Amino acid sequence: MKIAVCVSLVPDSTTKVKIGSSGKSIDENGVTFILNPYDEFAVEEAVQLKEKSGAETYAISFGTDKSKEAIKKAYQMGIEKGILIKASGDDYDSYTVAKNLADALNELKPDLIFFGKQSIDFDGMAIPGMVATLLNLPYVNVVTKLDINGSEISAEREIEGGKEIITSTLPAIIGAQKGLNNPRYPNLKSIMASKSKPIEEKSSTYSGNKTEVISMNLPPAKGKGKILENGADSAAELVKLLRDEAKII
Amino acid sequence: MAKILAYIESKENKFKNSAFETVSEAKRLSGVLGCDFASLVISNQSADEIKVLGEYGAEEIFRLNLDEMNSVKGGNIKYSYSAISKAVSEFAKQNGYTIILFSGTGFGKALSPAVSILTDSALIPDITGISVNDGVISVTKPVYAGKAFAEIKVNSENVVLSLRPNVFKAEKTDSNNAKVTDITSASLNISADDFSTVVTEVVLSQGKIDVAEADKIVSGGRGMKGPENFHLIEELASVIGAATGASRAVVDAGWRPHSEQVGQTGKTVSPGLYIACGISGAIQHLAGMSSSKCIVAINKDKDAPIFQVADYGIIGDLFEVLPVLKEEFKKVL
Repeated sequence: MKIAVCVSLVPDSTTKVKIGSSGKSIDENGVTFILNPYDEFAVEEAVQLKEKSGAETYAISFGTDKSKEAIKKAYQMGIEKGILIKASGDDYDSYTVAKNLADALNELKPDLIFFGKQSIDFDGMAIPGMVATLLNLPYVNVVTKLDINGSEISAEREIEGGKEIITSTLPAIIGAQKGLNNPRYPNLKSIMASKSKPIEEKSSTYSGNKTEVISMNLPPAKGKGKILENGADSAAELVKLLRDEAKII
Repeated sequence: MAKILAYIESKENKFKNSAFETVSEAKRLSGVLGCDFASLVISNQSADEIKVLGEYGAEEIFRLNLDEMNSVKGGNIKYSYSAISKAVSEFAKQNGYTIILFSGTGFGKALSPAVSILTDSALIPDITGISVNDGVISVTKPVYAGKAFAEIKVNSENVVLSLRPNVFKAEKTDSNNAKVTDITSASLNISADDFSTVVTEVVLSQGKIDVAEADKIVSGGRGMKGPENFHLIEELASVIGAATGASRAVVDAGWRPHSEQVGQTGKTVSPGLYIACGISGAIQHLAGMSSSKCIVAINKDKDAPIFQVADYGIIGDLFEVLPVLKEEFKKVL
């Protein structure tokens, strides 16, 4: 079995966002980049499958050299091989990312492909389904439980207020949601080993964006709220404000 | 020439408010672009049930019967994302629709990536606004979980958009001119091979409102001190008809299920009312809820960051405030 995990590098969720000088992206100065948190569930699932029944495992990322950090984190968690598809610039949309990943995966031909359900930068939840459709493969996203039986798969997908049970067949693409497993913390030995582990580099195969960010803005600043200071004695006043002023109750 | 198709989601044969929001926005956009729009429904609802969309401005409505579609696979399934994606894409291609709108629900976000590829369209998911300049569409999309907003221009003839729920207005019109036309799976070339993913079972928690869809949310954080105290949150929520939410800290501690988590690694919400109890307001939490229309914070720490985004707040011990607040709400509701 060959398993690929597509990973991306994103600003840490504690990042305080500032707009960069181009006005079209965030200012990356001082920002800590991490492996996309949902990708950790994807990596962990692949590594557990490898440990259970043996598999060749790959981490694949599309991006600039910096994205090697995402692959290295995947190495630390137990992925064996890594491929970086080098973006020709840093201006690419979801279609370009999906097309490049699909081209690389088409060459690699894995039996199973994992993604994090979405990356916490653009939050689109778009790439896994786009890649799957480009490759004519089935996909299930937001998966919290996965059972594989030969080439049959059964997945639990989280939906609003519940879950769906979905069946499909391999090869397939699975988008991992929190709850799928408990990602491991890399130990010191694996962290040291990941530093010298090689990453295969491929050049980008596609660069024709279908969309373009024309500006990026911070949310409008909020006016000062009405903060009442008398604890439980303020409860009646709060209800009155919500009713008469905010007209929300 | 642009032409708009609104895919109208029906789950368990019912329309949610997000469906009406999508119809209204399709109608508004068709007015701005001066183009036609139609709605597509795949469900087992009767024509009369579907005609309610006409109250929001839908006139031309196409219906594909879900049971008929599922029978192509031999029946006995709930629905198939892959087959529905194919059906929407085929219908759009056969009839020249260039703009396809989805609700940005879990369902819409699962279908739209496939439909964008099958129709050779740009895809911009989870948007909060659409504008048109010289016939070119650009949209507003929250990024970094709402810490910033990107204005994105579409450089493609075809585009697929999904609309964040609770943001676009569902507006009733004066008259209902809805006309429902049936289409068949055969006309959309649906074959058994298109059912590559099949939903065999849907399990819904009874009587619970999901935070992602709720118009009101009462959320608890570490200030609740333990899972045994969340009955205070649940009771207040039940009085005002709200969903219960939670911060990442209490989900990680195992006090509450992940399905309730609001924030950058949970759900991004924009309800009409968000009441944060004992939540300090870590940046990753604020990211997930700061677009709520009215934010109320209850916290004993007057310097808690949550007060900086709050429209209203009470500084005080929530174990004293919540029971009184519940009674005060009861008096007026």
